Amino acid sequence: MLHDIILVLIMAAVTAGLRFVPFVLFPEGKPIPKLVQRLSRVLPCAVMGMLLIYCLKGVSVISWPFGLPELIAMVIVAACYVWKRNTLISILAGTLSYMVLIQTVFLS
Amino acid sequence: MSETTVNDEITANDEIKEKKTGGRTVKKAVIASIPVMTGYLVLGMAFGILLADKGYSFWWAFLMSLTIYAGSMQFVAVNLLSGGASFLSAALMTLLVNARHVVYGISMLEKYQGTGKKKPYLIFALTDETYALLNGEVPRDVEEKKYYFYVSLFDQIYWITGSVIGALIGSALTINTAGIDFAMTALFLVIFTEQWLTVKNHVPALLGLGITLLCLVIFGAENFLIPSMVLIVIVLCVIETIASR
Repeated sequence: MLHDIILVLIMAAVTAGLRFVPFVLFPEGKPIPKLVQRLSRVLPCAVMGMLLIYCLKGVSVISWPFGLPELIAMVIVAACYVWKRNTLISILAGTLSYMVLIQTVFLS
Repeated sequence: MSETTVNDEITANDEIKEKKTGGRTVKKAVIASIPVMTGYLVLGMAFGILLADKGYSFWWAFLMSLTIYAGSMQFVAVNLLSGGASFLSAALMTLLVNARHVVYGISMLEKYQGTGKKKPYLIFALTDETYALLNGEVPRDVEEKKYYFYVSLFDQIYWITGSVIGALIGSALTINTAGIDFAMTALFLVIFTEQWLTVKNHVPALLGLGITLLCLVIFGAENFLIPSMVLIVIVLCVIETIASR
């Protein structure tokens, strides 16, 4: 219980800290270094790629079901998003299909 | 008419005018934040259900949405809490997952200039969605600073409401929720796809995927994140330094 509360507070403090960093480092009127500006443009894409792999770290491609439910659901999410450009519909469609897949088709 | 009465009249007129634009600003902020409202209510509920699924009451959903207030991080936090993570690993994980917020901050430096007392809350509440909204078009005839504030505030209210509702119905839910955690993968994939479609340079995205996959193979599922992040930052710094010459 106490451990959990401290965990939440740590995560809150680090999150807030990260959000305040730029405003502390570059107070009103101070120029932002070129490299920081360039990094700020490319880092979000790379981090999102990293987080995707993080979500899939538990998937085994060498044993049944070989990551098939994840692959199918991800194709549904991406296709849905490219088609509709709607975050909510894509997430709902992907999550519901994934739940159906692992609860019925790909029972382990 | 003496000078003071003229001044008084001007202040009175200004006050009426300010009240009018103030009301309009709130209204415009509500309208602008409707897409985030639907998203946050549903995603917040998914988070709440997931949290209840691991045996945490709605108070936890409320506390987390109030203090952490970072969508994707709160999904990760469910795993960290239920897995009894150490303080250090929780801090590092937060650092990695939310590092992108530094980037959001950098691009909001100018916008948030001169926001006074509202500035700390504006910075605290800068989530992906709020960032996206405030980077969009700001409606005309509104007080910009108040508009930023209300959009930020309303977004957090939606998120808290969604997560508490989710946690409340989650503990009462009798359907099989196996696989509901895929919502997090789906969320990241949507953001990834959106970036892929809007950003011309695909090298950073591919580097992120490639480096992390490589580190996963080398370091294993328990320890790959930190080396991945460090390598990604180093490689991007090198590439950007060379490219800027």
